[in-house]
Amino acid sequence: MSKLTIHRGMATWGEKLVPLADFRKAASEAGLALSSAERTEALRSHTAALGDPTPVEGPYARIAVFGGIYNNHLALERLLEDATRRGAEAIYCLGDLGGFGPNPEKVPPLLRQGGVLAIQGNYEESLASGREDCNCGYTDPRDNHFAEISYRYTERSCSPGFKAWMGALPKRRRVRVGSRELLLVHGSPRRVNEFLFHSTSPVPFLEVLLDQNRCDGILCTHTGLHWHRRLPSGRDVVNVGVIGRPANDGNTHVWYALLEAREDGIAVELLPLAYDHQGLAAEMRREGLPEEFVETLLTGWWTTCLEILPARERAASRF
Amino acid sequence: MNAPQVSLKSLDTLWFQVGGTVCNLACTHCFVSCSPTNHTHELMTLDEIRRYLGEAARLGVREYYFTGGEPFLNPEMEAILEAALAVGPANVLTNGLLLDPERCARLKKLADASDYSLDLRVSMDGYDAASNDPIRGAGTFERILGGIRNLVSAGLNPVITVTEVCREAATDSGKEKFFELLRSMGIERPRLKVLPVFQIGAEAERGGVYESWQRLRDGEVPEGGWDHLQCSACRMVTDQGVWVCPILVNEPTARMGESLADTLGPFTLDHPACWTCHAYGVSCRT
Repeated sequence: MSKLTIHRGMATWGEKLVPLADFRKAASEAGLALSSAERTEALRSHTAALGDPTPVEGPYARIAVFGGIYNNHLALERLLEDATRRGAEAIYCLGDLGGFGPNPEKVPPLLRQGGVLAIQGNYEESLASGREDCNCGYTDPRDNHFAEISYRYTERSCSPGFKAWMGALPKRRRVRVGSRELLLVHGSPRRVNEFLFHSTSPVPFLEVLLDQNRCDGILCTHTGLHWHRRLPSGRDVVNVGVIGRPANDGNTHVWYALLEAREDGIAVELLPLAYDHQGLAAEMRREGLPEEFVETLLTGWWTTCLEILPARERAASRF
Repeated sequence: MNAPQVSLKSLDTLWFQVGGTVCNLACTHCFVSCSPTNHTHELMTLDEIRRYLGEAARLGVREYYFTGGEPFLNPEMEAILEAALAVGPANVLTNGLLLDPERCARLKKLADASDYSLDLRVSMDGYDAASNDPIRGAGTFERILGGIRNLVSAGLNPVITVTEVCREAATDSGKEKFFELLRSMGIERPRLKVLPVFQIGAEAERGGVYESWQRLRDGEVPEGGWDHLQCSACRMVTDQGVWVCPILVNEPTARMGESLADTLGPFTLDHPACWTCHAYGVSCRT
């Protein structure tokens, strides 16, 4: 019982038991107490804009932006047709060309043919630098097990020339669409493998991120799930999703984004894209890739690399 | 001996000691020695929390964590959660004892009404009463399971948090025993977080104190600096001000100021618990 009453009138200071007033006095004397002006300045400098020498491309009236090919050359083929048909003047890829799917060497000819402008994802960074893993940022052992199978397969199936090309890709791009300057990154402007999920990327956080990076919009991928948030400031953050695997919603199609200049800003459209997922599934089986991956393509539900999902995205998922 | 300093890269994670050090349990491994009579830190009010949420928004905080003590001893806890979920994702660390069906239903409503994720973390220290109850108290195992069941029935899948006081929790086979238990309760994909012990507070009495070599030293900076430490991206608010992290709230020297703006500077890593965070790669985040 003593455990329950021992602290009456006392404070626990480390391992010591001291009179409550002693602890509170010591605490109140510790740390800084800035003046109001100093506090304002501390807040300002902590969130101040960062310099970024990235040149600005464009301006364009309409662009297509996609991420996460994951070796899915059949979806990439359809994407190039679809984006061209919709009048995209430029097509951007936000990285993660490999992993998950079959035959990575089928991707580079399509990227060349489509004139795709790409940036590095964590996959390209890892493959080009000879890293042992994909650096996806998973924490669960099962997720990491399947991520390793993907990475090893892609690593041994990519030519040295393709890897060198990946290593030469920029890590970010700035693109003007109409009057808006957009920052294109893989994970987030802060880290290549930071996950920006809809339910864990709150408005105040995104507003500060946009201020710090001096742009009117951020386009990212990496999570595999597409979303768009128009902020109170009128700026946009778009996770363009991935074309490599479906969006964990029981549908087999994949997603990408179309951005269009408007008089008062930009219009953002997230578009579903159907492709020959059964053809890809057959090819993955021929390559001996895990049946868990094939199941995802055929059902539209993720079976691996999903422990990282936040509560809300997880609640919408089947597994 | 000089200790190294860690800078705050960005304030991503803001913790609230919303239950103070007041708890309806007195676990033998509690690094902040919480108990029904420990008022070292008091319960926080909704008004206090709101003030910090406003400042946090200006700093672009990404997520909010609520701990104690036992957060649900705080009569304003659900209103506080609602205020937090209006501006960002929230996590509550609870012992599960106060999770009756009605509260779980209300929590589910709060989760559904927000744009952001709500995670409940329920602590246990063993996969059966024989291993859990000596740490958390007689009869607690069954009561924790009751709380978990109520969450699951309400449609919330909690993250079960276990410390390495349960030695098996550090191994794959030990984790599997927790997974088996949770699956048997109808949780298809159980979630588990394992934390190392901090040899401070009540745990120092139970498991022993740090030895003198367990300290971070200047000049031993790892490749990549100290950015892997959670204190490079978090702060902890209690009723007595802002502290560097959730671990050191019973060390007055770890108090950094009154407002968040006071605490954006570097912190000196001169506590042995800092060694645990570094050596074990600890993050208290979900």
